[in-house]
Parts: sequence; C-alpha cells; structure tokens
Amino acid sequence: MAAPDTDPTRSDRTVLDARDISRALTRISHELLERNKGATDLVLLGLHTRGVPLARRIADKIAAVEGAPVAVGELDVTMYRDDLRSQPTRRAHKTALPAGGIDKKVVVLVDDVLFSGRTIRAALDALADLGRPSAVRLAVLVDRGHRELPIRADHVGKNLPSALAERVSVRLAEVDGTDEVTIS
Amino acid sequence: MKHLLSIDDLSTDEIAQLFETAADMHDVQSREVKKLPALRGRTVVNMFFEDSTRTRSSFEIAGKWLSADVINVSAKGSSTSKGESLRDTVLTVCAMGVDGLVIRHPASGAALQVSEWVDASVVNAGDGMHEHPTQALLDAYTLQRHLGSLEGRHVAIIGDLTHSRVFRSNVQCLTKLGARVTVVAPPTLMPSGIGPWSAAAGFETSYDVDAVLPEADAVMMLRVQRERMSGAFFPSPREYTVGYGLTRNRLALLKPDVPICHPGPMNRGLEIAADAADAAQSVVLEQVSSGLAIRMAVLYHLLAGEEA
Repeated sequence: MAAPDTDPTRSDRTVLDARDISRALTRISHELLERNKGATDLVLLGLHTRGVPLARRIADKIAAVEGAPVAVGELDVTMYRDDLRSQPTRRAHKTALPAGGIDKKVVVLVDDVLFSGRTIRAALDALADLGRPSAVRLAVLVDRGHRELPIRADHVGKNLPSALAERVSVRLAEVDGTDEVTIS
Repeated sequence: MKHLLSIDDLSTDEIAQLFETAADMHDVQSREVKKLPALRGRTVVNMFFEDSTRTRSSFEIAGKWLSADVINVSAKGSSTSKGESLRDTVLTVCAMGVDGLVIRHPASGAALQVSEWVDASVVNAGDGMHEHPTQALLDAYTLQRHLGSLEGRHVAIIGDLTHSRVFRSNVQCLTKLGARVTVVAPPTLMPSGIGPWSAAAGFETSYDVDAVLPEADAVMMLRVQRERMSGAFFPSPREYTVGYGLTRNRLALLKPDVPICHPGPMNRGLEIAADAADAAQSVVLEQVSSGLAIRMAVLYHLLAGEEA
C-alpha cells in the first residue's frame, strides 16, 4: 500500500491532489461549454477505465452550470487496439452510448492520461463504427507528452512534462478510493 | 487458453471471463455496424464433418463480426468424400496458414486428436457423443441472464442422454457454476455407467419427469437423435412423448416463468410440444443469439492475444 504524502521514503510525488483535480475538471467543463456555445448536442464519452468516472464528473459540473443534464456514455477500445496481438488477451469492457446516439453530435472523448496517443487512435476507429459525430474533441486530465501519433488534446487538465521512464498514475475515488495524480 | 476442447479444460474463472466478454459482444448485435477489428488478419476454418445449421453459421458470423476471414469446409464436397483421411485433410487446410480451426466430427475425441496434429487453435464444435463445449457455455450464459447466479439453482436436463454431447458438456459446466443438476431419461437412453460418474460429479439421475419438473428452476430438453440410433430405444415416437416429452400438460407442472431451453434442432411434437417451444418462457431463440456472443468471446480469447 502507498504510504501517506508526508512520508519521505515514498518514491512517488503527488502532482495533483483532490482539489486540483476538481478545479481542473471545472475549468475543462467551462471550456467545453464556451467552445460549444452551450451543452446542446454535446456527448461525453469516457474511455475505460478511468475516463468513465471523469466523463461523469464533467457531465455533473456542466449540468450544474446549465441546469440540464448532458449525455454521457462509455467507450471501450480494447478490440481496436493496435497492440492486441503482442499482449496476452485483454479483457474487454462495456461500450454504452447515450440514448440519442452520437450521429451529428459533438462527441468529447474523455481520458485520464494522454501519452502515446494510441488509445485515442483506437477510440477514433471505434467511433467510426458507432456513428458519425459532427465533431470529435478530446479532453484529458493529464497530458504527459511522448506522443507517437499526430494527436493532440483540445482540453487539458494539466500538462505534465515527464521522462519516458517515469510513471504517471491517476487515482480516482470511484475506482481507487482516492483522488490524486502521482508521478514516480 | 490455446484450445477449447472440453468444458473440463476451463476453470470457473475462465468461464466467468468468457461470460463477461460475451456480454460485451452481445451489444454488438444491436449495432448498425456489427464489426469489431479484433481478429483482423486471422483466418478461421470451420470444418464440419456432420450436418449443422446453427453452430456452423454461428461460428461463421462470430468470426466475421470480429473481422477474421472465415472459410467453411464440409465433408460433402471436400476431398474427404474422395477418401482422404481426417489427418491429411486437416494438415492440408492448416498448411494454408490457418489460425483457428473449428471442428465438428462424428467421432468422439476427434477435436482432441486434431489439436495434437496442428499448430492452430482448435475449437470443438461437437465431437460424436462426447462434448459440445460452446453449447454448454451458451446454455449456462442464457440461464444466468434469466436466473442470476446459478449457485444452488436446480436445472433439469431431459431427453436422449445416451447420444447427447450437449448433456455431457452441460453437466460439467452447470455443476462447475454451482447449479444442482438432475438428468432425466428413459432407462434405454440413460448412458450405461452413469451411476459412478454422477456420484463423482455430484449430479442426480431420474426416470421420472413428472417428479422432477415441479422443482426445477430451469428445464433443458434434448433432441432425440434418431440419426445416431442403431436399435430400438423406445417402442414408438408417441410412447416417447407420453413418457418424456415436454407436453402441454407437463408445462403446467413447471413453476411460473421457468426458462425452457432446447439446443435445437427441435423435433416438435416428439420431445417438445409446440406449446412449450413457443411458450413465453421458452428461451430457444435467445440461446441462438447468446450462442453468437459466446462464440465471439471464445474466438476472441483464443485468437486475439499474443500466443495464438
């Protein structure tokens, strides 16, 4: 188990705490609303695993501002990965689209960490099989660099320059019981 | 998992994993684009040395929806009818670079034998009177969707047990998942030597349908396999129906909403009356769509990862 933050022997460093995460998501929510001129036709799709709770949180924040619920769904890209064959069989997760579908909607993909960009590439392929959005945007909590594909995020919680060997971990209350982003 | 030859090869964890994947695959059936790219570039050969509609087309569609290339070879119209041996046929096909081999054969043990000859992943789609693992998986998966956990639930399997690979796989699968299983057949269609097996595996046997039906949480009717019968196992079809068929009268013995399964093809009026086959609680068609999801899950687990 990870030791508390004050423990000098702990090798990882907290980059974002619960309040930072909340603030970043609030800002992303407002950016999305501003860019989209409101919440109409907006669909938030969380990428498994931790993008799903993030998408829900952003949706809650947008709903609080706009006073109306915003469509949220979850997207699993396992079957679309380009490294399926080089790894042991991965477990697939559920893909659940909101009732209105994604055709002619502005889809915002939500993920925790943007790294190589390969997950997002897979997500774009998955979207093409599910419908035809009018636009696709990308919101991530952390952008740690080291892209391997020409992909960038439209909304970033925090840019986190990191060395390739470093490990960025996002923990969220819904999945891990606590909210923090650490680097080690 | 390299091959799927018998339910015996699967741990309860692996079964649970297959069911989880199948649930994800189930959603694909309702999508407009029914295609996932997971098996792109893989080749699956369906080799069917016995007649089949649902299993073969189910595996074919499952493979195609996962973007694999699927080829069908049947005994009729292949070199087998010119006298080629099973080994030569299989090796010939596999020499073309096949990743997965789905095989149905009238000889028990054929799939296991084939798996020893080839590098490809082998899926047993029915070998003689031995096993039909994907059928058992789809049956258990379908029942789970209706009953929740199968732990402690009572499943009655009724019909031609002697000739049934579906029953042999199902007993293993259901008992692994914690269900209580009672198998019912006329004495002539009760496999010889079932006593020690049922004692070891922990399922019950009975000759009395009417006693079992009222306490069942699910009923599975088996087809009377007349093509495998060389002798007279019952005096007349009528007599079989009276003694062991799921008739309208027996339907009334069931607890309400008990799901009724049949692996198909059904002999309507013989082992299952139309009233039962078309009843609201009949899950026969649902079994078919579950079968597709299960076979997608099986092909995915066998072929998508690195070791295929």
